[in-house]
Amino acid sequence: MLRLDGATVRFGERAVLDAVDLEVAEHEIVCVLGPSGSGKSTLLRAVAGLQVLDGGRVLLGGADQRGVPVHRRGVGLMFQDHQLFPQRDVGGNVAFGLRMRGTGKAEQAERVRELLDLVGLPGAERRSVAALSGGEQQRVALARALAPRPRLLMLDEPLGQLDRGLRERLVVELRQLFGSLGTTVLAVTHDQGEAFALADRVVVMRDGRIAQSGAPVEVWSRPASEFVARFLGFDNVVAARVTGVVADTAWGKIPVPEDSPQGERRLLVRPGGVRLVPREGQPVAGEPAWTVESRTFRGSHVAVRLRPVDGPALDAELPLREAPEEGAAVGVAFRAEDVVVLGDDLP
Amino acid sequence: MAVPVVFFVLFFAWPVVSIVERGLRVDGAWQFGRFGETLSRPEILDVLWFTCWQALASTGLTLLIALPGAYVFARFDFRGKGLLRAVVTVPFVMPTVMVGTAFLALLGRGGLLDGLWGVRLDNTVWAILIAHVFFNYAVVVRTVGGLWAQLDPRQEEAARVLGASRWRAWRTVTLPALAPSVAAAALMVFLFTASSFAVVQILGGSTYSTLETEIYRQTVVRFDLTTAAVLTMVQFAAVGVVLAVHARTVRRRETALKLVAPEETARRPRGIGQWALFAGVLVSVALLIVLPLGVLVERSFATSHGYGFDYYRALQTPDPSGTFLVPLLGTIGNSLRYAVVATLIALVIGGLAAAALTRRAGRLVRGFDALLMLPLGVSAVTVGFGFLITLDEPPFDLRASWILVPLAQALVGVPFVVRTMLPVLRAVDERLREAAAVLGASPWRAWREVDLPLVRRALLIAAGFAFAVSLGEFGATVFIARPDSPTLTVAVARLLGRPGELNYGQAMALSTILMVVCAVSLLLLERLRTERTSGEF
Repeated sequence: MLRLDGATVRFGERAVLDAVDLEVAEHEIVCVLGPSGSGKSTLLRAVAGLQVLDGGRVLLGGADQRGVPVHRRGVGLMFQDHQLFPQRDVGGNVAFGLRMRGTGKAEQAERVRELLDLVGLPGAERRSVAALSGGEQQRVALARALAPRPRLLMLDEPLGQLDRGLRERLVVELRQLFGSLGTTVLAVTHDQGEAFALADRVVVMRDGRIAQSGAPVEVWSRPASEFVARFLGFDNVVAARVTGVVADTAWGKIPVPEDSPQGERRLLVRPGGVRLVPREGQPVAGEPAWTVESRTFRGSHVAVRLRPVDGPALDAELPLREAPEEGAAVGVAFRAEDVVVLGDDLP
Repeated sequence: MAVPVVFFVLFFAWPVVSIVERGLRVDGAWQFGRFGETLSRPEILDVLWFTCWQALASTGLTLLIALPGAYVFARFDFRGKGLLRAVVTVPFVMPTVMVGTAFLALLGRGGLLDGLWGVRLDNTVWAILIAHVFFNYAVVVRTVGGLWAQLDPRQEEAARVLGASRWRAWRTVTLPALAPSVAAAALMVFLFTASSFAVVQILGGSTYSTLETEIYRQTVVRFDLTTAAVLTMVQFAAVGVVLAVHARTVRRRETALKLVAPEETARRPRGIGQWALFAGVLVSVALLIVLPLGVLVERSFATSHGYGFDYYRALQTPDPSGTFLVPLLGTIGNSLRYAVVATLIALVIGGLAAAALTRRAGRLVRGFDALLMLPLGVSAVTVGFGFLITLDEPPFDLRASWILVPLAQALVGVPFVVRTMLPVLRAVDERLREAAAVLGASPWRAWREVDLPLVRRALLIAAGFAFAVSLGEFGATVFIARPDSPTLTVAVARLLGRPGELNYGQAMALSTILMVVCAVSLLLLERLRTERTSGEF
């Protein structure tokens, strides 16, 4: 459906998009995830034709879009702050794209009604957009983008300005909606929760390049690099020398999955993979002694920060019953399936 | 972009260049030596100096008096606002000749002030300055007030919450947002007062003379085209410099603004301070604008045997002296027809230019921006005379055509349209257009669907301005209006130029009618605005 071949955009010397290759299949929902400034909004603008490429190609349905003006690309774009037309009412906003395509009046009204039902705002045609709440504006913007049946729908931080509860609910609704409509979606967000909940495939961007691409579970369980790991919120990263199924680190010897890359590596330990073991007598030679630095109650679990005598702190997630008091001296064991040997960051 | 350029070249550049050429090229050789010669004459230097400082003083005084007015119109909601807005705009469309006369009746010998307190201000700079404020009050109120009414008051509230005093919040938040439109208004006032003609001629007497009156004197009275051409060039250069400076300052300050519906920002005045400000503005409007207009109306009824409609009745009968071929009442129809056509031309040309200027950037476009303002600062006398000598031969033999008059009038209207629309157009969020484009709107369609509805208010204001200046235009029209269909302003000037109580009274009566016509059309425009927008917000 959509293909980017070495798409490059430069602002002055800086490459905001650096030879990006990306494919989105028909009916697929792809979420581009990245910190602000990683070039993800520029990616959308380039596909929409709002940003001219300095290199590479954008193909939609196999056709090169070079020289095709924005209004003939047949894509939909939902802006970050919605950009509803203030001088039109809700119905006027949703019908806009249909009017541009010369759809008949009766058909317009029918489609507007259909879409407002779909986004959960039935009968809102005559309402002023200024009087809508943030969530309602978001729904109207979505209905407006969907109305002309774009072949590709792009969403720029679709839920960015909404509060958390609404966001979590809408994400589920959106996924169901796109699934039932069979819409091809390319969304960008900086919120990993949103991306994982919405997408069939997640693309992590960094400095205008793609750092990792894959199904949410895959990206979550096997971050490709330290950047991706840290962006996903994992801070248990440590230098390691991997030999066979054992890694030698400042946190002691850690078991790693089979077939892990060997040699000098960075190692990620998921907090859930840390277990506490009772300390029996004197510490074993070569095993570090751990002290509980802090414990934070997180509802379903307790986040415990462990400090070795020497080396970086280690975060662990423990069931409430097992969590030790602050200052307690403990021993630590690791589960191999929660350990990931990371690849190199891109230069 | 192409249409405005062609219009501009054909109907402004060509006539002006031709007339300058006629003055400066003798026997096929350019006589640039005449520059130094002319400019070293002390009386010419005096003229230049006076032109400059009176224009600066007039502009300063106008801003001082009119900015509070702009605030009141933008932020306060009160009964009769539309009427009052129309009232303050009326002076702007009065023929300059008439304004001069009205102020003479107020400030001069035997005038109201003379009769009451023995104060006479004619032949002083004060009379000129006050008349200029009278004239340009509406320019500031309309340009600045139009944008002010659409500024989101919550911006100021945000500043207040962050600890800024009321004054500080205004100075740091509102003023910078208004700056482009204040600068635009100030520039217009400066150009108007610098090229003010009849006011200076009548109120300044023989004591004061500006560049404009001097060009007229050299062209029409002394037939010294060479000196006139030199002065025109000087005027050109000066206007060019002013415009360049203006373009620089405005460009640095123009930012995308968040605009809201004007109906949402207006409140009834609250508290002593606001009521005092409101009252102050009303008093200044009464003294400055209503009083001179009132004197004018009064004179139109004051016949030798008490008050009556004698002068009005005389307008319906053919002129006994034969100066006018038709009853004078017919001039009203002529004026209105010309003004409507001129407004349409100005809106099309100015609208296209403004749209092109928002869409494109670059040195060339900015240069064009400034160029469009030139007709405001360049002598109408030169333009009118230039029309006569250039557009009289094929392929543009328009001298006998009625279209010549609206064309000349539109030339003055275009800068208004561009100036009023540009700040608002530039304040439209670019991403709204992008949203429209993504939804399938071509650039032209996006302009129509997104920009136009947002700037409709500005467009109507611009139309009002263009209509008004067309109605009141005198300097160029007097050269090119055909004798069998003179405009109202031309008729007034001719009547004033002739002795006799009847002529004077008829002039006053015609001016009163012009005033009423303007007030009514402006009121209709206001009505149109509220009707159209009330359904949308």
